[in-house]
Amino acid sequence: MQTLNCQQLLIDIPGRPSGRPLDLRIEAGQVWGILGPNGAGKSTLLHTLAGLRNARSGRVFLGERALTDLPRKQVAQQLGLVFQERQDGFPATVLETALIGRHPWLSPWQMETADDLALAERSLQRLDVDHLADRLVNTLSGGERQRVAIATTLTQSPHTWLVDEPTNHLDLHHQVAVMELLTEQAAGGCAVLMCLHDLNLAARWCDHLLLLFPDGEACWGEAASMLVPEALEQLYDQKLATAEVDGAPVYVPVR
Amino acid sequence: MIQRRAWWPPLLVLALVSLAAMVVAVGLGSVNVAPADTLAVLAGQGSELQRTLILELRLPRVIAAFGTGGLLAVAGALMQVLLRNPLADPYILGLSGGAALGALLAMLVSAAAVLVSAAAFGGALLATLLVFGLAHGRGSWTPSRLLLTGVVVAAGWGAAITLILAIAPAQKLPGMLYWLMGDVAYARLSWPSVLVLVLTCLVVLPLGRSLNVLARGPVQAAALGLSVRPLEWLVYVLASLLTATAVTTAGSIGFVGLVVPHILRLVLGNDQRLILPASAFAGGTLLVLADTAARTVIAPEQLPVGVFTALIGVPMFLYLLHRSR
Repeated sequence: MQTLNCQQLLIDIPGRPSGRPLDLRIEAGQVWGILGPNGAGKSTLLHTLAGLRNARSGRVFLGERALTDLPRKQVAQQLGLVFQERQDGFPATVLETALIGRHPWLSPWQMETADDLALAERSLQRLDVDHLADRLVNTLSGGERQRVAIATTLTQSPHTWLVDEPTNHLDLHHQVAVMELLTEQAAGGCAVLMCLHDLNLAARWCDHLLLLFPDGEACWGEAASMLVPEALEQLYDQKLATAEVDGAPVYVPVR
Repeated sequence: MIQRRAWWPPLLVLALVSLAAMVVAVGLGSVNVAPADTLAVLAGQGSELQRTLILELRLPRVIAAFGTGGLLAVAGALMQVLLRNPLADPYILGLSGGAALGALLAMLVSAAAVLVSAAAFGGALLATLLVFGLAHGRGSWTPSRLLLTGVVVAAGWGAAITLILAIAPAQKLPGMLYWLMGDVAYARLSWPSVLVLVLTCLVVLPLGRSLNVLARGPVQAAALGLSVRPLEWLVYVLASLLTATAVTTAGSIGFVGLVVPHILRLVLGNDQRLILPASAFAGGTLLVLADTAARTVIAPEQLPVGVFTALIGVPMFLYLLHRSR
C-alpha cells in the first residue's frame, strides 16, 4: 500500500499569516484523529491531503510520488474521502449513490459487474441502510445520508480513508458502529484519518492524534501523549473535568 | 439480493416507438397514405405519386423533426447535469436568444434563407462564447455563476429581439414571429441534425457514468477520480453545439429540452447512461408527433410546432409527476 504522507505542509487558510508546517505519515493500521475548534482548518487539511485544494507550501505524497503528479483516477483508487457536506440536489437512489464508489475502478465503456453490485450491497448492509436501496437520497434523514456517504466510500474500498466528521448526525449506536467500522478497516491494513469534534470518541478509538490550534500552531503524536488535559483546555478554550470510565479517559466540560 | 434493471429493454421500446411514429407521420398529411403503403414506398415500391410525396416532401421533414427533438432533449439532459439543476433547459444560458438575434437581423436585411440559418448558428455560438467568457471571469466559475450570467445575458438578447420586432417593417413580422416560435417547415436539410445527434451520442455514451458522478457535485466527483473541469467544458461545448444545430434547423422550439429528460427520469431513474440515449429517442418522437399535429390539424394551414410540444408534453408531465412518489 502507498502511505499518505506530507512534508512541510502548510494549508491555505485565508487570513491566516502562518502556522506550523506539518510532517505527517499515516501508516497502514493507524487510526488518526484531527482535533481542533471550528475554523482551525480540519476540513481544509483533509481536502489538501486528498489533492482537492492547493497547499500554501509543502507537498503531499502518496508513497514515493507527489499527489499532484498522479492521475486523479489513480489517486481515487488509493484514497477515499467522506465529505462533511454533500450536494444531494440532483436526484439519485441510495444504490446508485453507493455504486458511484466503483467509478475509479471502471473504464469508460464498462458497466458495473455483478461483483461491483455485490460490493455495494455489502457496504449498504454494513452501514445498515440496505433497506433504503431504492429510496432517493434527498428524501433520507441526515443520519441516513451520512451512512450512505460512508457506504459509498466503503464501496470505493480505498487504502487510505479521509473522513470529515464521521459521526455527524448519527445516533449513539451508529456512532459506535461507524467508529468500529473505521478501526476495523485500519486493522485490515488500511490507514484512517478523521476529523472529530467529540474528544471522548477520539480518546476511545484513535491511536494517533493531531491537534490543530486556531492560530495555525499544531502538535501530533500517539494519542496517549496528546491527551493532556491542559493542552485540550487550551485547544478548545474550555475548562475540562477528566475521569476514567470503562478503561478510557472521559472529558466533560466544566460549567 | 439487489437487482439492477437491465438498460436495453426501455431503449428497444423507445426505438420501436420512434420508428412507428415516423412511419405514421410520413403517411399523414393533405393526402393520407396507409402505413402498409408507406412501408412499401420505403422499401422501394409504391406508385410514383406516393414516392414523390413521401420521399421528397414528408420524409426529410420528419427526419429533421426527429433530429431536432432528439438534439434538444439530449442538450437539456446535459445542461441539467452541468448546472446540477433539474430545471435547466437548452436555452437557459441564452443560446436561443443569440441565435434568434442573428436570424432576425438576417431577415431584416432580407438575406437568403441559407444566410438566415448561418446567422442563427453564428449568433448561437457567439452567445455560447459570451456567456462562458463572462462567467469564467477571473478563474472561478461555478454552476450558479454560469446560470446567473446566462440568465442575465438572455434578458439582454430578449431586449434586442423586441427592438428588432419594433422597428421591422410590417410585412416581415409574420416570418420573424414564426421563426421565434420554432417551425420544422424551415428545415431545408434533414441530415445535419441527425448526423450531429448520432455523433454526439457516440461521444456522450462512454461519459455516462462520469456524468452520474458529476451530478453529485464537483468536489465529490474530483474525489472519485474525475477531471472535473475538462469534463464540464466538454459538456458545455457539446450541449451548446447540439442546441445551436437544433435552433438553426427549426428555430427555438420550447419545452422539449426541459420536459423530456424530466419525464424519462421519473420513469427510468437517474442513470445518465440510459437517460441520454433515451432522451434522443423520446425527444425525437415527441417532436415528430407534435410536427405531424401542427401540419394536419387545420391543414392546409400550419400551426407553430411549439404549441403542440407543450400540448402533448404538459399533461404527460403533470400526470407522471402526480403519479410519482
